[in-house]
Amino acid sequence: MKRYSAFAIAREALRQHTGWDRAWAKRPPKSKYDVVIVGAGGHGLATAYYLGKNFGITNVAIIEKGWLGGGNTGRNTTIIRSNYLQDPSAAIYEKSRSLYENLSQDLNYNVMFSPRGVIMLAQTQHEIRGYQRTAHANSLQGVTTEWISPERVKELCPIINLDGPRYPVLGGLWQERGGTARHDAVAWGYARACSDMGMDIIQQCEVTGVKKENGKVTGVQTTQGDIGCDKLGMVVAGHASVLAEKAGFRLPMESVALQALVSEPIKPCMDVVIMANTVHGYMSQSDKGEMVIGGGTDGFNNYTQRGSFHHIEETVRALVETFPMVSRLKMLRQWGGIVDVTGDRSPILSKTPVDGIFVNCGWGTGGFKAIPGSGWAMAELMAKGSSPLTDEFSMHRFREGKFIDESVAAGVAH
Amino acid sequence: MLTLHCPYCGVDADETDLHAGGEAHLTRFGPGASDDDFEGYLFTRKNPKGVHFERWRHAYGCGKWFLAARCTATLEVFATYSAQTVAPPADVRAAITAKRPDWSWGDLS
Repeated sequence: MKRYSAFAIAREALRQHTGWDRAWAKRPPKSKYDVVIVGAGGHGLATAYYLGKNFGITNVAIIEKGWLGGGNTGRNTTIIRSNYLQDPSAAIYEKSRSLYENLSQDLNYNVMFSPRGVIMLAQTQHEIRGYQRTAHANSLQGVTTEWISPERVKELCPIINLDGPRYPVLGGLWQERGGTARHDAVAWGYARACSDMGMDIIQQCEVTGVKKENGKVTGVQTTQGDIGCDKLGMVVAGHASVLAEKAGFRLPMESVALQALVSEPIKPCMDVVIMANTVHGYMSQSDKGEMVIGGGTDGFNNYTQRGSFHHIEETVRALVETFPMVSRLKMLRQWGGIVDVTGDRSPILSKTPVDGIFVNCGWGTGGFKAIPGSGWAMAELMAKGSSPLTDEFSMHRFREGKFIDESVAAGVAH
Repeated sequence: MLTLHCPYCGVDADETDLHAGGEAHLTRFGPGASDDDFEGYLFTRKNPKGVHFERWRHAYGCGKWFLAARCTATLEVFATYSAQTVAPPADVRAAITAKRPDWSWGDLS
């Protein structure tokens, strides 16, 4: 792999950009791998990357039914934070956020991590108590967050309206080292690094069946033929239930649509991420100047990657209340993704009833922020059979009642 | 916008008048059940990409719960029917089979 650098740009500028290689190789699938990862989104690629980097397992294929990073990796609002209440969540999300800090250097690929800070607004007395509790929990967990006053919120984000018609801003939970990153670049950077380690990234290859012998996985049937493997990682977000059904088990999960939208680009007006969970909308400004907007999930089981318009209306109404200056903005694009929501709104990183199959899903509406940490932990789980970061996230926690209840801690946006 | 016909009051209700209640025809397990059964009842879901039987409440209308058979991959609605059923009735099955001949009924067969 030729390294990307300022020198490389200068060199290529002098020779008409004829020296750039493909970022990742296109190879046909081999008949067998040590590990097959299904799903070439951020989480799947990160899992493969850390399998290679941390455990030296490089005979790996990452197979993808669509195109690389074309699912939720390319559909989220790119927010990165780790201000969770429960210890297992804080551990894996903070691991992830700290890996983002120097991911560009690690991958030699600019993922444009921008630790611009994230504020979660408190707009009810209940939220004040909840976020103060989270700030205390975070200080015990070693996650740097701070409870801030409405005046400080206004200082950090001058375009906010503190005295909204329904819910005035009463303070906020501030994570200074949270922020955003370029979501496509995260997938592309991991893909390039995986390919460089000799792993095969196989796109347009849908899994149609899972092959088992004596309760152990032996491979997958795909639209590009059978591929054998010793271990199989299912990292397919919204389609995890569909894939699990092919392997013969069910998950405690439902798939629903989550929508997002962006405005026309405008001049810089906001250099933090704001989440308003009571009125239910969140917003940040991309480097291109677009306001990137998200809200809550649609209400019913859905695999269409489309949502209902009234949810967009709710989200935009919430943001017009919070930021009156956006009321005249034109919206450029709107889209949906299929998110996998579990009973306690926390992910599943787990062994499964089938020997050799591991599942990483249930990130719901908040998976992007977790990509590096999720991949790191999933790789350890697959290589060693357990990981301190994943032990609490077993799919069997529902049977045991050991929930990691973030539906309360995170409110609605997650 | 999703529109469902309420089998109780007869109104074609918009999604904004309705509240989704998740998978229908679950077998209810209570005290004395095994851990597996109780977990299955409370948390484990089919979550199919295709025909889905689900509970809905006509929340901003007559207030009644009813059931719907709907395709989660296309949003096509096959039928709505009474909540006082433990399995999809024959006419609902026929409506689905007519449109999805390859559909596997799994544990509802």
